[in-house]
Amino acid sequence: MTPERHLPMTLLIRGGRVIDPAGSVDGVQDVLVENGKIARVGAKLAVPQGAAVIDAAGMWVCPGFIDMHVHLREPGHEYKETIASGTRAAAAGGFTAVCCMANTQPVNDNRAVTDYIRAKAESEGVVRVYPIGAVTRGLEGKELAELAELAEAGCVAFSDDGKCVMNAELYRRAMEYTLPFGAPVISHAEDHTLAHAGSMHEGVVSTELGLQGIPAAAEDVMVARDLLLAELTGAHVHIAHLSTAGAVRLVRDAKARGVRVTAEVTPHHLLLTEDAVRSWDANTKMAPPLRSTRDAEALLEALVDGTIDCVATDHAPHALSEKEGEFDHAANGVVGLETAVTVLIDRLVRPGRLSVATLVSRLSRDPARLLRLPGGSLGAGAPADLTLIDPDGAVTIDPARFKSKSRNTPFAGWAATGRPWKTIVAGKVVWECPPK
Amino acid sequence: MGWTRKDLLTIRELEAAEILTLVDTAASLQEIATREIKKVPALRGKTVVNLFYENSTRTRTSFEIAGKWLSADVINFSTTGSSAAKGESFVDTARNIAAMSPDVVVVRHSSSGAPALLARELSCSIVNAGDGAHEHPTQALLDLLTIREKKGHFEGLSVAIVGDIAHSRVARSNIHGMKKLGMTVTVAGPPTLIPPYAQELGCKVSYRLEDAIRDVDVIMMLRLQQERMHAGLIPSLREYSRYWGLTLDRLAAHARPDVLIMHPGPVNRGVELSPEVADGPYSVILDQVSKGVAVPMAVLLLLAGGRSGEAQAQ
Amino acid sequence: MTARPSRLREKAEVLDTAALDRALTRIAHEILEKNGGAKDVTFVGLRTRGVTLAQRLAAKIASIDGASLPVGTLDITLYRDDLDMIGAPVVRATDIPFSIKDKTVVLVDDVLFTGRTIRAALDALIDLGRPKMIQLAILVDRGHRELPIRPDYIGKNLPTSRREAVAVRLTEHDGEDRVVIEEPEEA
Repeated sequence: MTPERHLPMTLLIRGGRVIDPAGSVDGVQDVLVENGKIARVGAKLAVPQGAAVIDAAGMWVCPGFIDMHVHLREPGHEYKETIASGTRAAAAGGFTAVCCMANTQPVNDNRAVTDYIRAKAESEGVVRVYPIGAVTRGLEGKELAELAELAEAGCVAFSDDGKCVMNAELYRRAMEYTLPFGAPVISHAEDHTLAHAGSMHEGVVSTELGLQGIPAAAEDVMVARDLLLAELTGAHVHIAHLSTAGAVRLVRDAKARGVRVTAEVTPHHLLLTEDAVRSWDANTKMAPPLRSTRDAEALLEALVDGTIDCVATDHAPHALSEKEGEFDHAANGVVGLETAVTVLIDRLVRPGRLSVATLVSRLSRDPARLLRLPGGSLGAGAPADLTLIDPDGAVTIDPARFKSKSRNTPFAGWAATGRPWKTIVAGKVVWECPPK
Repeated sequence: MGWTRKDLLTIRELEAAEILTLVDTAASLQEIATREIKKVPALRGKTVVNLFYENSTRTRTSFEIAGKWLSADVINFSTTGSSAAKGESFVDTARNIAAMSPDVVVVRHSSSGAPALLARELSCSIVNAGDGAHEHPTQALLDLLTIREKKGHFEGLSVAIVGDIAHSRVARSNIHGMKKLGMTVTVAGPPTLIPPYAQELGCKVSYRLEDAIRDVDVIMMLRLQQERMHAGLIPSLREYSRYWGLTLDRLAAHARPDVLIMHPGPVNRGVELSPEVADGPYSVILDQVSKGVAVPMAVLLLLAGGRSGEAQAQ
Repeated sequence: MTARPSRLREKAEVLDTAALDRALTRIAHEILEKNGGAKDVTFVGLRTRGVTLAQRLAAKIASIDGASLPVGTLDITLYRDDLDMIGAPVVRATDIPFSIKDKTVVLVDDVLFTGRTIRAALDALIDLGRPKMIQLAILVDRGHRELPIRPDYIGKNLPTSRREAVAVRLTEHDGEDRVVIEEPEEA
């Protein structure tokens, strides 16, 4: 994604509410962008000669949002999504960077695939793409992938996401081996023997619906294991898509003990519960499943107090045929790039359950920090990645208008206030909200 | 109370009055089986499609006979040898059937929720003839009809349902129906076969057969499937039948002399029921079978009888 | 019988208790006269009040002639044509615990109107057995026939307008024996 030379290299974003948790800024300011980097943030800046001006009055101006858990499906499943369509979906959702998981076809367990992804992202993507490499060859959980080479090729983390590395000894060795690379291991924490054949949370609703359930313990057991292995090895482990109150408690205790653990949560786990499955709509089916109200409340509490470090969508595109049939046969996962910001603002920020500053931090500063990525702040010299949000913009979520190739969202039809307005990467506007 | 629903998908969503309408109608239709000419013109010109993804000779033929006695045109769509066997998706099959303009589609499927999907896709009436472990409304209606015939009423009766509750759609539908009609239900079996939060369904839970069958009016035994043993849920059929199988001496020791024994069938003699119990005087299992056509007739009549279009008010 | 409009008021009394009883007595005699006695005569009553009337006729014949004639109940819901059905059908039991083969069946109903109910009853009876003859006894004939159906025995001929309703009240169901005409309140 090469900046085009004929566009102005200077951009002034004027009069918006600048929210930069890294710089402790929250107020009406101007932001000056030069040559793809933040030049200055200040009040009533002078407009330089030849600068493009964005009048951001009434808008929020934030560091570019980073979604650290996205499935771009390329190579191999391009019918669900490609790097081109997925990054456009990201931009439309206000994200300036995504980290893409390794469960492609072929699996990103070797440098050739990493190079392919990066090249595609460079030529066809519109936001930054950071690949995540596999922990084990082919995601089979038997042998380590060539992790050093993956790190050198540009992988920012390692994960068998989609699957859990069931062999504790192997996972321990992976954590040890990756210590020098400064890249965390991301755990899809799910004991497959406890979870197998389940299609929703094991609880009151699964009993009523006659669906095989996945107990919260399936996640808690593996989170506990991964935390203890992290403690043993000194590695940084990041728990993907946390979904249970039990796992929250384990992470909180581990952090208090000094274990190097971080965690993420998806918007759907914050906003939806097992009751959503009563509709039999397979767009409520994902792994881990939607849990109980108590779990959702614990997740929000943890997001607020920082036990959960960031929001990540686990954007998982699937074709219509994979999601429209019998619930227990349907594929797991929902898209999330184009709905996250809207639903979080409307259902958490507006009612006062999550502050604006915290939301912005969990979507920008915190993921950047835990993955050591450039960005996540609007300090001078930072990359000019910005997410501009219209906090009063009304929208009804319409999957037919998604930039993603896939439409599998549980939020279809939701009426909300608060939406992305413009997305800027390296000083260039890569997406803006279409005029009414 | 008049029936106004387009579909019969679950017992759980019905009001007690609606359940009684179904049971009363079925009771009135039983005499048709005794006539020389077993045909009434009520559903003349209507098309009923039986869409059975799971093998079930008994339920399918009950619906087939029911439709024919009501003068409907009945089409049996079984999945072996059909496009479904060649990999056509459930939803695509449903859409193809919709193109035939059926009035009722009766569906049995191994996936919970499959009939609800059909009800969303198709504008005709959908009857759930059993979906996964979720519900089996017509079996429950049959059981309720049998109970009322033998006991004369519903209110205040106590029922024990024994066996693999976790995987039983019959148990779920019966629990919902019995609760709404004022009966108390206890489910019993080994803990691995009782689903989590079972009491939230509205029943008591017991792990001992002897305790569950004491002083109840009705004992309903469920079929135990071989697969449960292989899934690590029970160690062996032998152990299951030793501790949760119903035998004459257990009945004599703990149950009331006027207790009713029921089983949705088919019976694994020697596993959940000893042969003496299955074929003995307590048992109404054969009676349950003879009502098997009256209930589908009542369901088809209430869904598809009446002025088409206007009658199906939501 | 079509659905009643929601608000009706009594317009006039057509038969009082004594007149209703005399009509039934006369019909009982006519049945015996027309059939040359009670041999092979059976009653089948329609719906609730037709059954009651049939039971009363059977009782009168028993007191006149000594014969104890059987009375059956017929529910014609399963035989109605589409136009008669309002909403989902409500099916009540049909109970004819005797053979009607080669018998004379006297079909009994309270009010004869369009004739569609009787048409359905004829279909039902023919399916249920093969009677030698079917005769029709009606307490009140209010006209407005839509099919070629004619009663053999009539309690009272009563020309009515379509807006009106005829209410037959019998002690067993309504606490009194009367027949009245009702009209919509807005009139």
